[in-house]
Amino acid sequence: MKITINNKEIECQPNKTILEVAKENDIEIPTLCYQEGFEARAVCRICLVEVDNKLLPSCSTKAKEGMVISTESKKVLEARKINTELLMSKHIQSCFVESKEHELCKIAKNVGIRQAKFDSNKKTYIVDKGIAIVTDNNQCILCGRCVQACQMQNVNAIDFAYRSYHTKVTPAYENKLDDSVCVNCGQCLLACPVNAIYEKDDTKEVLKALKSKKHVIVQTAPAVRASLGEEFDLPAGTLVTGKMVSSLRKIGFKKIFDTQFGADLTIMEEAAELIKRLKENKNLPMITSCCPAWIKYIEHFYPEFLNHVSTCKSPHDMFGAIAKSYYKDKYKINKKDLVVVSVMPCTAKKFEIQRKEMKKEVDYVLTTRELARLIKIKKIDFNNLADEDFDAALGLSSGAGTIFGASGGVMEAALRTAYETATGKKLEMLEFNQIRGMSDFKEGSIIINGKTVNFAVVNGLHNAKEVLEQIKNKECKYDFIEVMACPGGCIAGGGQPIPTNKEIVEKRMQALYINDKNNTIRRSHENPAIIQLYEEFLGRPLSKKAEKLLHTNYIKRGI
Amino acid sequence: MSFRDIDEIIKERKDNFLLPMLQAIQAKFGYVSETNAHYLSRKTGIPFSKIYGVITFYEMLYTEKKGKYIIRICNSPSCYLNCSLNLIKFLESSLKIKSGETTKNKKFSLEIVSCIGCCDKAPAMIINNKVYGNLDENKIKKIISGLK
Repeated sequence: MKITINNKEIECQPNKTILEVAKENDIEIPTLCYQEGFEARAVCRICLVEVDNKLLPSCSTKAKEGMVISTESKKVLEARKINTELLMSKHIQSCFVESKEHELCKIAKNVGIRQAKFDSNKKTYIVDKGIAIVTDNNQCILCGRCVQACQMQNVNAIDFAYRSYHTKVTPAYENKLDDSVCVNCGQCLLACPVNAIYEKDDTKEVLKALKSKKHVIVQTAPAVRASLGEEFDLPAGTLVTGKMVSSLRKIGFKKIFDTQFGADLTIMEEAAELIKRLKENKNLPMITSCCPAWIKYIEHFYPEFLNHVSTCKSPHDMFGAIAKSYYKDKYKINKKDLVVVSVMPCTAKKFEIQRKEMKKEVDYVLTTRELARLIKIKKIDFNNLADEDFDAALGLSSGAGTIFGASGGVMEAALRTAYETATGKKLEMLEFNQIRGMSDFKEGSIIINGKTVNFAVVNGLHNAKEVLEQIKNKECKYDFIEVMACPGGCIAGGGQPIPTNKEIVEKRMQALYINDKNNTIRRSHENPAIIQLYEEFLGRPLSKKAEKLLHTNYIKRGI
Repeated sequence: MSFRDIDEIIKERKDNFLLPMLQAIQAKFGYVSETNAHYLSRKTGIPFSKIYGVITFYEMLYTEKKGKYIIRICNSPSCYLNCSLNLIKFLESSLKIKSGETTKNKKFSLEIVSCIGCCDKAPAMIINNKVYGNLDENKIKKIISGLK
């Protein structure tokens, strides 16, 4: 099939939209409401092109044989400009600031808008300040990307309500997001092109704690080191572990520790729990519990299967529990004076730390973006920092802890330890390639002591339903299942730099696997700090002390 | 609280179509309360946020209890040109409510609606399915005081 775009004849496959064909041929058409992988809503009218004197949205118009298309005629440019101006009038008027995170402002700049043309007579809305996520309908331009993202996660906490001038995005019956089925995954926030949804900011509280005389320690999640550089214009997939540590030291944290240590600890407990369940043939399949968004999802939608979820706390909460017991005692710090801050790629972690079961073991959670803001506030020249190392003991980790940040990583790390501790043999091949990568659903099997253990990895909440329905119908053949709410794992979390798209996520993922490969310790149970912790303090995995500090229980929330 | 009525409505609508179910709930209760909508969501699997979206999209579906008499006064061109705005103001001041609101004693609700197809009798209004046309202030006064 042949079509003409901007006087250039192009050969293309049938049944493709004009936008897709243009993209394949490196012709740029700006888009706003369109999200790759979703149905085109075609409501923003930014991607208009001219066909036979008519303006058509390229995201939803299929290319037809012999079509003559112009993407930058005078008519198109004028329409695009006026449509952008109309969108801006829905947005708050003061927002003409140049911002890296803000797609609409970028488009406005590109089409040559300097100031607001149309007065907004938009209603004013009360900003919904949630525990983890803040939504500000005053900034919303109703593109619907957040609604699509929420639908994709199978959560459906928000949708459009009312009509025309009164339309807004809201949870049912004007409830607050915190009172809805929202799991705080933050995928809506990554999708928003105007910053109408953002994380609850905790940077001020952390700065206040740093100024006080308290002993403030920090831990960083594996996924943060693979993405923080993007906030400082480094290419996606750049590992900035050393710079991140030295910037945290410059900010003023007393000790810089690694959540990967917590991840190794999680693996010790979770692998022991798996082996125990396999022996007793009870509560199988076991499902991972590292992802707080996934936990809230199952509490809402499938509370009857909570007995399948591992009782392990998530790595950063395990770390918090150890910091506020073992570390506190060892360094003789007053309990009141110890503040634990987590830097996470995740908005749901902000929700998690205030759960009653977690007993305030972590005081504050900062997202990757918030850490970047802190670094900028402190005027630290990030890119020119010298590399530094984590502090001893709780900063030591294995490669197994690193890959926690990618979908399939927890499973892989757990299998390495479960196999080797249960059989006493070494794994020949540490990499479980069948559960790596961006597929929605990954599976495999391994023989442990003559028993075949089937495992599966659910990548993104929208794929969780199928497995849960299998459990419901007693058709589930798996023994161990990992679920991560965000597609790609924590590296695509709601607290990560914007933009976060598939291409970028894959690069971050690659960085974590390379980091694992280069680590001399690649098994959680070989981490000397972990061995020491069990010898000095916990005894053995699933001991009474470990159960009390590192394990938790869940709530049946229902929908 | 019993949801037997809602269960029955769901049972009758085997196709799980949302709009007829909402209409049936409204016919039964006069509005779709949050608890009823939530129950409907749990039973049908239709997201709660979606149900709320549909209710608020349609003006004839309510999320709050309305008055015994729902006064729908037209403000489309024919009625507008025949001074419906004055009548709306008159209704608002005599009922002491704004359009979209319900009187404290839950007797009257006032709504401004689009064309009701009575342009020949403009200005016109509908009260609980009965049409009143060629309105003026005196006529409205009489109609309202005649409603018990």
